Amino acid sequence: MSEKVVNDFSVTIATVNGSGSQTANVTLLRALFKMGIPVSGKNLFPSNIQGLPTWYTIRVSKDGFIARRDEQEVVVTLNPVSFARDLASVQPGGAFFYADDIKLPIARSDISVYPMPVKQMARAANVSPALRDYIANMVYVGILGYMLGIDMETIKQALSFHFKGKAQAIDSNFSTIKAAADWAAQNLKKSDPYSVAQMDSTSGFVMADGNTAAALGAIYGGLQFAAWYPITPASTLAESLNVFLPQLRKTTDGKQTYAVLQAEDELAAVGMAIGAGWGGLRSMTSTSGPGISLMAEYAGLAYYAEVPVVIWDVQRIGPSTGLPTRTAQGDLTEAYFLSHGDKQNIILLPGSVQECFEFGWKALDLAEHLQAPVFVLSDLDLGMNQWMTKPFEYPDTPLERGKVLWEADLKKLNGVWGRYKDSDGDGIPFRTVPGNKHPSAAWFGRGTGHDENARYTEDADTWESNMTRLKKKYDTARTLVPKPVIKVAKGATVGIIAYGSTEPAVEEALALLKQAGGPKTAFLRLRALPFTAEAQDFIKKYERIYIVEANRDGQLRQILSTVLPDQAHKFRSACHSDGLPLTAKWVKETILAQEEK
Amino acid sequence: MTTPAPVQTNKAGLSKNDYRGLPSTLCQGCGHNSIANQIITVCYDLNIVPEEIMKFSGIGCSSKSPAYFLNRSFGFNGLHGRMSSLATGALFADTTLRAIGISGDGDTASIGMGGFKHMVRRNAPIVYIVENNGVYGLTKGQFSATAEVGLNLKHQGTNQYMPVDICMEALASNATFVARSFAGDAKQVKELLKAALSHHGVAVLDIISPCVTFNNQEDATHSYTWGKDHEAPLHEISFIPALDEIELQGEFAEGTVREVSMHDGSTVLLKKLEKDYDPTSRANAFQMLESTQLNNWLVTGLLYIDESKPTLTETFNLVDTPLNRLADPDLRPARETIEKINAMMF
Repeated sequence: MSEKVVNDFSVTIATVNGSGSQTANVTLLRALFKMGIPVSGKNLFPSNIQGLPTWYTIRVSKDGFIARRDEQEVVVTLNPVSFARDLASVQPGGAFFYADDIKLPIARSDISVYPMPVKQMARAANVSPALRDYIANMVYVGILGYMLGIDMETIKQALSFHFKGKAQAIDSNFSTIKAAADWAAQNLKKSDPYSVAQMDSTSGFVMADGNTAAALGAIYGGLQFAAWYPITPASTLAESLNVFLPQLRKTTDGKQTYAVLQAEDELAAVGMAIGAGWGGLRSMTSTSGPGISLMAEYAGLAYYAEVPVVIWDVQRIGPSTGLPTRTAQGDLTEAYFLSHGDKQNIILLPGSVQECFEFGWKALDLAEHLQAPVFVLSDLDLGMNQWMTKPFEYPDTPLERGKVLWEADLKKLNGVWGRYKDSDGDGIPFRTVPGNKHPSAAWFGRGTGHDENARYTEDADTWESNMTRLKKKYDTARTLVPKPVIKVAKGATVGIIAYGSTEPAVEEALALLKQAGGPKTAFLRLRALPFTAEAQDFIKKYERIYIVEANRDGQLRQILSTVLPDQAHKFRSACHSDGLPLTAKWVKETILAQEEK
Repeated sequence: MTTPAPVQTNKAGLSKNDYRGLPSTLCQGCGHNSIANQIITVCYDLNIVPEEIMKFSGIGCSSKSPAYFLNRSFGFNGLHGRMSSLATGALFADTTLRAIGISGDGDTASIGMGGFKHMVRRNAPIVYIVENNGVYGLTKGQFSATAEVGLNLKHQGTNQYMPVDICMEALASNATFVARSFAGDAKQVKELLKAALSHHGVAVLDIISPCVTFNNQEDATHSYTWGKDHEAPLHEISFIPALDEIELQGEFAEGTVREVSMHDGSTVLLKKLEKDYDPTSRANAFQMLESTQLNNWLVTGLLYIDESKPTLTETFNLVDTPLNRLADPDLRPARETIEKINAMMF
């Protein structure tokens, strides 16, 4: 056996979709987290209810690097269909665990091979036949747990969390895990170097997924109306609203301060959200790429009629139906330019689960402040996977409701105001909302040409001056959106720009570049469009700028090139899109290869 | 010098002028103008404060008309075929307000069919008026989905396809108020509008509203002439507001009249004409619409009503204060809850 490797490797578990393995996988992930080891888990699943191969990959990293890796040191398979591929994927010197009812050749002598009596132990478990398939997954939890040295107590805690404290479910699963661990102790001889050991690097963190965080953030942002249509990978965002709103936003007499409505399609979902936004409610919808495409016409109405609404796009890989269960950052240009005619949209780019929460409330503030649609681009990796994250922080500013005039305000103004008038010079007009009983409160919303008083007009100058004001409003947005996070190494000559869920891969790549003696780098994590002054200054400072993105076309680079054409010669794309989260190794190698040119 | 005659006002202290809109830009003689005028009259007569109404529309000639009534009401002229979703969201803003939606046959029965039927099945509290003329006016005379088989239009040739019956679609989607009328029958339009405004839920009013420019040939089923010749009212309808006394005398003698009690305490009186018609039976309504199609009648009146179903917004158990008047303490959970939420994560 080669030298021991503790808390620094990746595990992949191959199972059959719909077999209940997700419970087992998340249990392992959580147990490792509870042991204080920095960890990440990514579900690489098929678009299917039952039957297709599915993988779950866990990375433990004593150094706190949690991006996905391509290299798998430990592989577990219960699936004869993917067996050959799984076997081939084990790193030399690694460990291969397999269900011993799979009678397929194992022609590798460079790895440790461990059979697992999965079927036999599942049959021996004291559960109904209907639950046997589920309990079978606990066999690998027990065996892997023993062989890697996972603390059985943390496994129990993870089970208890998953089954919400229900003793019977916890006990029956745990007894199988225990039996499997005992079997491993008696029957398997460890011959691989990989194991885990208690650390103290996860205290002060919790585990959550981005969709739950987004929903909670919106709830703390005073969300009042949400309409949605089911779509992978966004559905759990709206479903989380339905879980947490009743707990957090009912009055003492049980009445609701909110409404969530499942619409008949995405056209209706965004339409309802815009109707509610026009009505003065903090309003949002959540979807993925195909839904965004359907929302295009309505997004233009919200832009031009100046209606606040928040649109979450939990991105999956496209175009078209694409791979509904695989991740990408491919909707950036679509969201930026969404709908016909001249416009740019406001986009927030959360880079962590905690930021999904923060932008959950900030997006509602910005939408009402700017009276505009605000897009939040998350993705499947961030939205659906469990991440270790800093706990959610209570909002540090009161709700921003924007320029809304009520009866008393109009009385002071003697009823004189103009819905689309730039009274303050920031491009943001005042508005009133239905229910305002002042006789001069009402205005007529429309997507057609309108003057400062919202009256229909085809006058050329009026059209143009209104569009100019909307552009000015976008410049005001530039000063209000979240600023980028910038980290500069001393003597940096090369800039790197990334956004969203690629952050862990880029952070690790920076360390790898340093190790490899690569260029000194400055890293800017972009958190919003339009580009703030900080982002523009950053670009001007460095000789070369690498733009790292999980898409084919380098969409951020495309946008940056149009916004800063005189800087475009500096931009180099590091973009890649195969449906999987980027790896640090790929980022490092892509940058180094271009540096050597 | 003569003193000007005092301006007549209603019980809300408002004059008819307070209910008007901008001058119409639709064609002279357009059925839609007459409907807009009836809405003005009805809201005035019922003493409705204009600020307590919201107006919605999609795109098309019909959808322009909310600009031509109730200037003091909030309104939103949205996207083609999407009035249903826009209004559905807005209805949650302040549930004390009433809503009037104006759509057309293209806006509802073609591009907006899905949204229309879903709004209906949810029983959204809105008066949903379809100004139905069988033709696209703004784009200059193409067939709509309600055009009859065999209709000839100048640049389009002959329509080959069966028409969509909006009342039938509404009924099939479990509408709780379905009526058909004819813009040329102002009195009936007025009484049906009053009943619709009192209805508890979605009130679908399919009003045949002739397009004088593109589809008013004498033999076209959406024309004035054909409507006048073929209108067959189910009953003579009159609306009695909640506080008014009902006198059933003379022409409203017992046995000849059906009373429908509305959720808000008002009453709709349906005077029997040739045959008695019970509008509380969905089966009757389907049968009536079926025979209408077979016999080429323009049957008008209240086809179906059910006051007992909860409305969309009622299913939510919302707070009494309008949602759009709630502020921070009601909308943001208290600071101490964040720890509990974090503790709920693993």
